[in-house]
Amino acid sequence: MSIENFIFLLYILVLASYCGFELISKVPPTLHTPLMSGSNAISGITIVGAILCIQEGEYSKYMGMVALVFATINVVGGYAVTDRMLQMFKKKK
Amino acid sequence: MNIFIQLTYLVATILFIVGIKKLNRTQEARQGNMLSAFAMLLAVVATLVKSGLVTPIEIFVCMLIGGAIGLIWAKKVEMTQMPEMVAIFNGFGGIASLFVAFSDYWTRAVEQPSLSTDAITIVSILLSVLIGGITFSGSMTAYGKLSGKISGNAIVFKGQHLLNLVLFVVAIVCGMLVAIETGSVMAMVVMGVVSLVLGILVVIPIGGADMPVVISLLNSYSGMAACTTGFVLNNSVLIVTGALVGASGIILTQIMCKAMNRSLVSVLLGGFGAKSGSGEGGPSGSEMVIKEVGVEEAAMIFDSSSSVIIVPGYGMAVAQAQHVVREMMDLLQAKGVNVRFAIHPVAGRMPGHMNVLLAESNVPYDKLIEMDQINDDFANTDVVLVVGANDVVNPAARTNPASPIYEMPILNVDKARTVIVSKRSMAAGYAGIENELFGYPNCLMLFGDAKSTLTKMVGELKEL
Repeated sequence: MSIENFIFLLYILVLASYCGFELISKVPPTLHTPLMSGSNAISGITIVGAILCIQEGEYSKYMGMVALVFATINVVGGYAVTDRMLQMFKKKK
Repeated sequence: MNIFIQLTYLVATILFIVGIKKLNRTQEARQGNMLSAFAMLLAVVATLVKSGLVTPIEIFVCMLIGGAIGLIWAKKVEMTQMPEMVAIFNGFGGIASLFVAFSDYWTRAVEQPSLSTDAITIVSILLSVLIGGITFSGSMTAYGKLSGKISGNAIVFKGQHLLNLVLFVVAIVCGMLVAIETGSVMAMVVMGVVSLVLGILVVIPIGGADMPVVISLLNSYSGMAACTTGFVLNNSVLIVTGALVGASGIILTQIMCKAMNRSLVSVLLGGFGAKSGSGEGGPSGSEMVIKEVGVEEAAMIFDSSSSVIIVPGYGMAVAQAQHVVREMMDLLQAKGVNVRFAIHPVAGRMPGHMNVLLAESNVPYDKLIEMDQINDDFANTDVVLVVGANDVVNPAARTNPASPIYEMPILNVDKARTVIVSKRSMAAGYAGIENELFGYPNCLMLFGDAKSTLTKMVGELKEL
């Protein structure tokens, strides 16, 4: 990775972090648990990295496969459980 | 083709941000979650396309297995077990990052040593392994504590902090060895193992009621792990989403710490309440004069009231009493009583735990009032029902500078005309301290399992 590329990625990191702080600081306490499990599902984005690891190699491929199983559980389970929770939040009929 | 993939990543990133934004509003939250799930799908499809049309069959097999397990767990889990579920998923995110980084490392160190590996990449790999490992074993330890598989109390031993420090130094030294010579596989493995041990050691000294802080922090770590993996693979979608999750975890951590009036450092050092013990009663327990109330009498008090505030705590989750609490609310409302819920930010074992449980039992969310909004209303309230909450209603936080929870923001339930506390026994709360509220003249104790006593009381209320 060239240093220019690294600096560019750092820019992305800083801006995204700032964006995250701005977006989330206003979430009402009612939604704290769904926010947590939802963002948890998002952190399963490592799934992308896992897929990229399975392209070639031998042991590195097996490790990628393990990563992929765990990441998929994280992503699918996380979104499904968040949806189940959010479904329950209703206003007075 | 590459442009197409990059643009798809960009669209996915935008959808992730919009999705999180929508989580701010209860009406739109579900849609937001769907958007972010769709963004994930886009990112996955784009990656599959990127890897060429001849996608190894293994990818689909792995995703099928993982997807099925995730879906089954998500469908089966009880709402009371939500903190455990989040801890597990969180840990899995961490271990996935660890394996991705390790896989990339293996390619560079063993399978294709001819690949040039620069300093930035190797440091990113090391950080991914370290953070991913701590996230995984830390989350699993948190899971063990939450589910009662290991003691939920703070586990402390002599030299704990020194041991952590030594292990951390070992991890750094190993990291440096790998950074100097990429082929030092042994050092890499040692660092991975040390990171796993560190995760356990960091979480065991933290006791039950501090769990909301730990879970939030681990959530943040899993985001950071994804972020560092993004640096390893030079992939901006990982960096953006990892940063979003990292930020959200840190914000929740801050909110939780503030609600307990404790610094993050003091929570992480752990051991809170461990010394004073949490056994039955305290040294001053016998001096306090408490008044007991029976089910019939309690029902009569509720029946003659015009305003009621219910304060739920972790005990309500343990007793699974949320449904009967809601039944009681319905009955009282039918009698014209104004019923509301007061939610302390750290009630339960994770941020927003009580809100989810009460939503599950169909309590409308506009009945759930935050601490700051409801605290002034207690003085004008006839009856407060405390279900399984303890430290968050202890007036010592206001009155007793010697108390370990002094100056922690609490719900001022003692200001109400009558307080009825549903509690199993006189056992002290998490902080291991006597709750002086129980000795107050306006406080009545309703002893017994919350679910069975409240069920009996609902029965009485129906007859009144």
